Amino acid sequence: MRRLTVLRSPVGAASAVLLTILLALAIFAPLLWGDRAAAINTDALQQGPSADHLLGTDQLGRDIFFRVLVATRLTIGLALLATVIGVATGLVLGSVPSVLPRWAARIVTSAVNIAVAFPGLLLALFFAVIFGTGTIGAALAIAFAITPSFARLTQTLTASVSGRDFIAAARVCGVGRFRLLTRHVLPNIAEPLVINATLAAGSALTAFAGLSFLGIGVQAPSYDWGRLLGEGLNRIYISPAPALGPAVAVVLAGLAFNLFGEAAAAGHRQRSHRAATLAPKTTSAPADAGLLTVRNLHVSFPGGITPVRGVSFTVHKGEMIGVVGESGSGKSLTALAVSRLVEHPGTVTADTLEFNGKPLDRTPDRELGTRLAMVFQDPTTSFNPTKRIGRQIAEVSEVHQGLGRGAAARKAVDRLDAVRIPEPERRAKQYPHEFSGGMRQRAMIAMGLMGEPQLVIADEPTTALDVTVQREVLKLLARIRQDRSAAVLLISHDITVVAQTCDRVLVMYAGRIVEELPTDELFTAARHPYTTALLKAVPDLDTDRDAPLAVIPGRPPEPGEIGRGCPFAPRCPLADDQCRTEEPELTTHRQDHRVACWKSETELAGVR
Amino acid sequence: MSELVFTNVTVRFGHHTAVDDVSLTVPAGQVMGLVGESGSGKSTLAATAVGLRKPTSGHIRADGKVQMVFQDPYSSLDPRMSIGNSIAEAMPRGTDKKAEVARLLELVNLDPGRATALPARLSGGQRQRVALARALAGHPRVVIADEITSALDVSVQGAVLNLVRDLQRQLGLSMLFISHNLAVVRYVSDRIAVMKAGRIVEEGPAGQVLEDPQHEYTRELLAAAPRRHTRLEAS
Amino acid sequence: MTGWAPFARRRALRFLTSLWVLVTAAFLMIHLIPGDPVRESLGLAAPPDLVAARRAALGLEDPLPVQYWHYLTGLFRGEFGTSLISGTPVASLIGDRLPATVQLAVLAFLVVVAVAVPVGVVMAVLTKGGRRRGGELAFTSTSVVLAAIPEFLLAVGLVGLFAVQLGLFPVAGNDAAGSWVLPVLALAIGPAAVLARIVRVELLSVLGNDYVRTARAKRLPARLVYVRHALPNAVTATLTLGGMMLAALVAGTVLVENVFAWPGLGSTIVGSIQQKDYPAVQGIVLVYGAGVLLVNLVVDVVLALLDPRSTIREA
Repeated sequence: MRRLTVLRSPVGAASAVLLTILLALAIFAPLLWGDRAAAINTDALQQGPSADHLLGTDQLGRDIFFRVLVATRLTIGLALLATVIGVATGLVLGSVPSVLPRWAARIVTSAVNIAVAFPGLLLALFFAVIFGTGTIGAALAIAFAITPSFARLTQTLTASVSGRDFIAAARVCGVGRFRLLTRHVLPNIAEPLVINATLAAGSALTAFAGLSFLGIGVQAPSYDWGRLLGEGLNRIYISPAPALGPAVAVVLAGLAFNLFGEAAAAGHRQRSHRAATLAPKTTSAPADAGLLTVRNLHVSFPGGITPVRGVSFTVHKGEMIGVVGESGSGKSLTALAVSRLVEHPGTVTADTLEFNGKPLDRTPDRELGTRLAMVFQDPTTSFNPTKRIGRQIAEVSEVHQGLGRGAAARKAVDRLDAVRIPEPERRAKQYPHEFSGGMRQRAMIAMGLMGEPQLVIADEPTTALDVTVQREVLKLLARIRQDRSAAVLLISHDITVVAQTCDRVLVMYAGRIVEELPTDELFTAARHPYTTALLKAVPDLDTDRDAPLAVIPGRPPEPGEIGRGCPFAPRCPLADDQCRTEEPELTTHRQDHRVACWKSETELAGVR
Repeated sequence: MSELVFTNVTVRFGHHTAVDDVSLTVPAGQVMGLVGESGSGKSTLAATAVGLRKPTSGHIRADGKVQMVFQDPYSSLDPRMSIGNSIAEAMPRGTDKKAEVARLLELVNLDPGRATALPARLSGGQRQRVALARALAGHPRVVIADEITSALDVSVQGAVLNLVRDLQRQLGLSMLFISHNLAVVRYVSDRIAVMKAGRIVEEGPAGQVLEDPQHEYTRELLAAAPRRHTRLEAS
Repeated sequence: MTGWAPFARRRALRFLTSLWVLVTAAFLMIHLIPGDPVRESLGLAAPPDLVAARRAALGLEDPLPVQYWHYLTGLFRGEFGTSLISGTPVASLIGDRLPATVQLAVLAFLVVVAVAVPVGVVMAVLTKGGRRRGGELAFTSTSVVLAAIPEFLLAVGLVGLFAVQLGLFPVAGNDAAGSWVLPVLALAIGPAAVLARIVRVELLSVLGNDYVRTARAKRLPARLVYVRHALPNAVTATLTLGGMMLAALVAGTVLVENVFAWPGLGSTIVGSIQQKDYPAVQGIVLVYGAGVLLVNLVVDVVLALLDPRSTIREA
């Protein structure tokens, strides 16, 4: 299957055709034209190109065109021979460390590490001296020049696979080192190895041509493309064709190997796209003025994937709202969309998307930069690793508030102090990797406080943190809301966290809001079967230990899998034909409580 | 029935002491919950029990085989090996592998017909069931579960927890159940051990540890664990 | 900067180990050659007493450890032995030829950086997020094709076109200013194509990082996002890969010098290999190898200056 995907790309197909031609020439050319290539003609010495001799003749009057064709066999054969030897040696050197005793493994690894620092050509020259000039010497020289980089590649790939849990799991099951290598490690690194071997064959071919060209590869009377090229170059003044002919041959063959390898590598990286689905039409809820007003928000990607499908909600001033959902529910993309951070090729559309009464796409950067603060999930990757924390925080004021470097730096220290980072002056001068996770998240919040934030959007701000640290960060968000009357939009997969901190909860499933209600009512009046099931499925410190946890069968759909009907229907105990064919809209159930479900209050009461 | 006993186990990486003189007994047929934050050394301790890491000093005794289920079901199954083969690999020689694979898949509520499927065709929850089946294939007396639900979606995690509890009771396994989530540990464990900075700071019957915590750190963990009916006040 | 002292110690140790391995390899090279290197070099017809005299002069009659000791102490005094062919000290031969090679390599390197970095950055900005698929395809295929052409063929092609056909530049030598153009181009085009591609890929991958999203969330102007946050991080990744390429460029001079009869080390080493002038080969291999190690060292130090984490990561 994989080989076929290579052929499907135009580059892959073209290079495959080229490789086939080369192989055919290598097999048949010496049989067909061997005599003509060897025929000495003293009447036609060193001629230029003509109809009889397409590329002219050499100093013995032999036809260069046919010599190039016939030389294909030796050139390709030697390149493949060198590659096979080099790759095999590299494979052994790269994989034996995993089965050797530790001290021996270290010697092999460091030897490879030193050797790989030297360019292949230099290694080839070194080995050419040892093995002597000539065909076999050059083949071995090039093989050993390939070896270190291949050994290194094998080592790197092996190490990356060995670090994965399935290797540990197999070891725990008592699988031996050798079987581990042959059954688990090698199959998982085979594809990149084959790709790189193809690329290596390309470089072996050109390197061999280089050595022959220099006169230390193939020796007369044998000849390969490199040797023909070297002979041709001596008379390039008189006639360029005898040099350019073999040169073109080398380039084409090298390209064929390289492009085939590249196409295979590209196929290896490619990810499959999912089937297209249609998003249902949504009527927009009445717009009431809020700090952030979102009506009928869609976020879609090429290939018809729409992870956010008609989301509407309002955040009022000073309010703390939680958005709950599992992976793939569209909650994080919603957060990015309302902060105008969705990038190409994602597209955002909405009937209304307003911040502070102004359309978001017309709000100037200065205003967004100072009034809208963002806190992201992973504080480890969300800071630039090469810049000091203080500088990264101060930047906001330099760019948006016109502060000088010194004043902005002082303000940054002040804000770090405000989020209770001890020794803020010293800390401001440190790099992100010198901060703990919790401190980085505080620093991220401090960054938001450089302006006058009216809205803080926090996307899973505590997921990467330990519980004790999580509580501190949540408390800090609550304090900012209290002290600065900023609204907070808290996105989380953890319904307990949201229940603890927010005034209102939006429950998202498959790209839509399925329920919106005040937190106070979450445990008493939630209506949507998904919300109620979620509450029962997640244990907390008060869960009955003797009863089994509630189970929601199946799993949440991926954005590409959403079909007709209510997306929760396949997992819902109440689902009927209407649920499976028609998607319910989010409708107001009572004051402050909206639900997207076809079922009536009494029907729902049965499962609660 | 068999115990898993850690005696004065210490693990050092260079200057860093990951596990510091830990003595802990997982009683036969019971679930020992092990809670602690990231870097507290709980996973390193687990790795010593199955021989993935050698303790710098101290020793570990288990009567019977020890198996382990890992955190990330996307990484703990070989992507190039069918789930049936992955399970069969862990079986002792001379087993009727095909029948046994079918039995185990059934045991973890998966269709035995899917034995030939590659892990990529399965969801996270299903993969974690396969990982459980593989762990059971070697007829272990002791099973270590290292954060087995933290990579799963919340709506799926309940089913895996129920399964773990059922299997443990049904097969009389001794189990070391590791998690950073106190609520999850509380739900499955008979006893609870709390780990901090490489040491066990408190250990006892689950009810006692949760209701009457003795160590300062246990109290801190309990206070920090999110609760539905308590509002979090601004700091 | 807590990581600096251990980093410097570790890196210096690695440089010295590699250098020692290189020197030892160069020393052993003569002894690994099957047969008698002097006999190989002087030919079968050479009178036995001449061979014996040469062997004695080279110290080949001493026990191996003694020879090794003489070789090492000689290197410390700047002695690389004596050429078997010309009888002149190899050190002076290297002294004569080294500058031309260094000039060529440095100039080519500058051209590579000056071309590849801007082209890579522009291509990254233009094709970000899957925009301009056609442009991306054209760029990628051009660079793959250019990179696949070995430098000596490029040299032959350039000579054929610009020197022979058009007569714009000299075919060989390094006398006139114009004679620099073709060798530098031949050496620079391939690496420039590869580097431009690396710059583009690295910059695109950096642009996908969380901290770039943070910079955008700060609403920094696009220019600042690129210049201040993305580029420095792309440079570190580029340098790591680019360093190896730079080392390869040093080796590439061997072939290019031979095409253009450039009076540098590259044309000398090939002549010496063909004439089996082993001391000369040994000396030049050592110089090339040391050059490569030096390039790697410089790259690592620059990396450490640019990225505070790399001093730790090294371990």
